[in-house]
Amino acid sequence: MAYYQNIFTQVQVHPRVPEHGVTIAEDKRVGTPGFSYLAGLVGNAQVGPIYLGTLGTLSLVSGLIAFEIIGLNMWASVNWDPIQFLRQLPWLALEPPRPEYGLMILPPLAEGGWWLLAGFFLTASILLWWLRLYRRARALGMGTHVPWAFASAIWLYLVLGFIRPILMGSWSEAVPFGIFPHLDWTAAFSLRYGNLFYNPFHMLSIVFLYGSTLLFAMHGGTILAVSRYGGEREIEQIVDRGTATERAALFWRWTMGFNATMESVHRWAWWFAVLTTLTGGIGILLTGTVVDNWYLWAVKHGVAPSYPQVFGPVVDPLSIPGGAR
Amino acid sequence: MRLALQIIGVIAAVLLTGAMLGTAGWTHPPVDTQQVGFRGTGMETVRNPRTQAALLAANVAPDPQDPAPPGGDPATATYQNVQVLKDLSTDQFNRLMASITEWVSPEQGCAYCHNVENMADDSVYAKNVARKMIQMVRHINGGWKNHVGETGVTCYTCHRGQPVPANVWHINPGPPHAVGFAARDNGQNHPSKVAGLSSLPYDPFASLLGDKEVDNNAIRVAATTALPTSKGKPIQEAERTYSLMIHMSEALGVNCTYCHNTRAVSQWSQSTPQRTTAWHGIRLVRDVNGNYIDPITSILPEARLGPEGDAPKVDCTTCHQGLTKPLNGAKMLTTYPELAGDPAPAPAAKP
Repeated sequence: MAYYQNIFTQVQVHPRVPEHGVTIAEDKRVGTPGFSYLAGLVGNAQVGPIYLGTLGTLSLVSGLIAFEIIGLNMWASVNWDPIQFLRQLPWLALEPPRPEYGLMILPPLAEGGWWLLAGFFLTASILLWWLRLYRRARALGMGTHVPWAFASAIWLYLVLGFIRPILMGSWSEAVPFGIFPHLDWTAAFSLRYGNLFYNPFHMLSIVFLYGSTLLFAMHGGTILAVSRYGGEREIEQIVDRGTATERAALFWRWTMGFNATMESVHRWAWWFAVLTTLTGGIGILLTGTVVDNWYLWAVKHGVAPSYPQVFGPVVDPLSIPGGAR
Repeated sequence: MRLALQIIGVIAAVLLTGAMLGTAGWTHPPVDTQQVGFRGTGMETVRNPRTQAALLAANVAPDPQDPAPPGGDPATATYQNVQVLKDLSTDQFNRLMASITEWVSPEQGCAYCHNVENMADDSVYAKNVARKMIQMVRHINGGWKNHVGETGVTCYTCHRGQPVPANVWHINPGPPHAVGFAARDNGQNHPSKVAGLSSLPYDPFASLLGDKEVDNNAIRVAATTALPTSKGKPIQEAERTYSLMIHMSEALGVNCTYCHNTRAVSQWSQSTPQRTTAWHGIRLVRDVNGNYIDPITSILPEARLGPEGDAPKVDCTTCHQGLTKPLNGAKMLTTYPELAGDPAPAPAAKP
C-alpha cells in the first residue's frame, strides 16, 4: 500500500464520486466538485463545492473594493502608465492622511480620503470573513479555534491601522498600503520611537514567532518521519496510541528527555501562533501612547546594558553654547 | 503532467534566480569588515576592497601648479574689476586663474567665463557665478573648519574638471502623477534615487539641505524622553530623515555605524566623533545652498535650472563622491593658500 514517505505528498486520492461530507441543516454550497492534479500535489485533490453565503459574498465584495481603491490609486501615482505600474509596483502605495488632518472622518480623497475608504472596506472584509469562519465552524459542530486564532491576527491589524491611530489622535500614525512602503514605515516607526527591539512585547512577539517556526518544523518533521507507521492519522493516535506515536515520543525523549503528546503539540503550536500577534499588538499599542522611546525606557528599567565609551566624549553640538556653528 | 510541471518549475527557478542576480547591489566575497566600536555593539565598517580600489583611483587630486613667487604687485594694481581676490599678488592671481581653468573648464578654457577681448568685462554669466563661488570656497575654508578642517576645499573638490559638478540636485517635484481626486504620493513611494532606491521620500533635500532657515531640530525625530511628554514628530518626518541619512551613507560609502550606534541612533553619547563632523557638514551645506547657490539663480541660464526653476544645489555627494574624505583627504588647500581664509566673512549661518 502506498504511504506518505517524504516531504512531498505522494498519495493522491481521486474517488469515483466526490465527497460531500456530513449533512448539515443549512447547506448553501455551490459549484460542482471535481478533482485537480495540481491541488493534489499540495493538498486534497478534491476542489469544491464551496460555501459562499451572504457573509462570504459581502466579504469578497468589500475586499475587492479595497483592492481596487488601493490598486487604482497606485496606478494613478504613475500617471496611468501600465509599464511603470508593473515596474514600480513594489514601491507604490496608498498613504494615510497627513498629520494636519488628525482624525477627520473623511479628508479630501486625494489627501488620504481614499486611504480611509480602503481601510474601511478592507476591515469590513476581514471582519465579515471572521464571522463567516465562526459560523461555518459552528455549523460543522467544530470548536472555534480557527476563528479565534484569526482574531489574534486581526487584533494586530486593528491596532496598527485603527486603535493606535485613534489613541494618538491622527490617522497619519497608521501604516500605508504598499509593499516596500509598509516596510519603510516599520523601520521609520522603530527609529521614531527609539528602537522597537527594546519593547518587551516586541521581544515576546519575536519569541513566539520564531518559536512557532521551530514547533512547526519539529512537529511536521516528526509526523512525516513516522507516517510510514500511520503517524499522519494523528487524531486517532491521540486516543489510540500506536507504534507511530510511540516511536515519535521515544525519539524526543531520547534526544531531549521530554516529549509532547499527539494532542498537546497542537496546543503548543496554536498558542505560539496566537501569542505572536497578540503580544505584537500590545507592543504596538503601547508605542507612542505609553512609551515614547523604548531605548530610554529600557535604560530606565535596567534592560539595556551600557558599554564602555571607546571614543572621546561626543556631545550634541546644539547643547554647546554657540555650538550650532 | 508531473514531468512537465517539474521542468516548468526548474526553468522558473533558474530564470528567477538569474533575474535576481541581475538586480543592483550584488558583490562577491571577500568584503572587508573593520570593528570601530566596542565589541558586541555591531559597530563595523564594511567595505568591498575591489570597488574601494576603483573608487580611490577615481578620486585623485590633480598635481598643484608651481607655487607663486612671494611678493610682487598686488593683483588690483595689474587688473581691473578685481572684486574678491584683492588680497592676492598678481602672480598668485594668475596661478589661481590658471588652476580654475584646469579644475572647472579644462576644455572650454578662459572663454568659459571671460570675454577674451576684455577680461575685466562681467558680461559672461559664468564669471559672476565663479566670483560667487570663490567667495564661497574662501568662506568654507575660513568659517567651516569644524567640517573641512585644515584639508579645506578647492574648486576641484566639487567640479572635477566639469563646469557643473557631476553630483548636484534640484527640487524634485516627483514623477508624473494623475491629478484630480487621485491620492497624492506624499513625496514618496517611488524608487528614490537619493535614498538607495527605497520607497522613502524622493526629495528630503529641499527642506533639510536647501532651506537655510530650517529648524535646527528638523532632522531629529526620535523621542527624547522615555515616556511621552508632548506631541511628538510624525512618522512621515522620520521617513524624511531616514531618506537623508541613506543619502549621507551612500555619499560617504559607509554604513550607519560610521556615525551612530544603531541601538540608539539619536544618542550623542554613544555616537562616534564623525557624527559631530557630519552635523557641521549638514549646516555647511545649508549655508552654501542658501547663501551662495540660491542667490545666483537669477543669473543662471534656463538650461542650468531644475524643473522647479531652481539652481543646481549641493549635497554630501557633491564633494564626497563615495569617500569619507573627498579626494581621499588630499590636502589641496595647503598648496593653494590663495583660497584659504575668509577676508570678508559672509553673514554667519543661523545658529
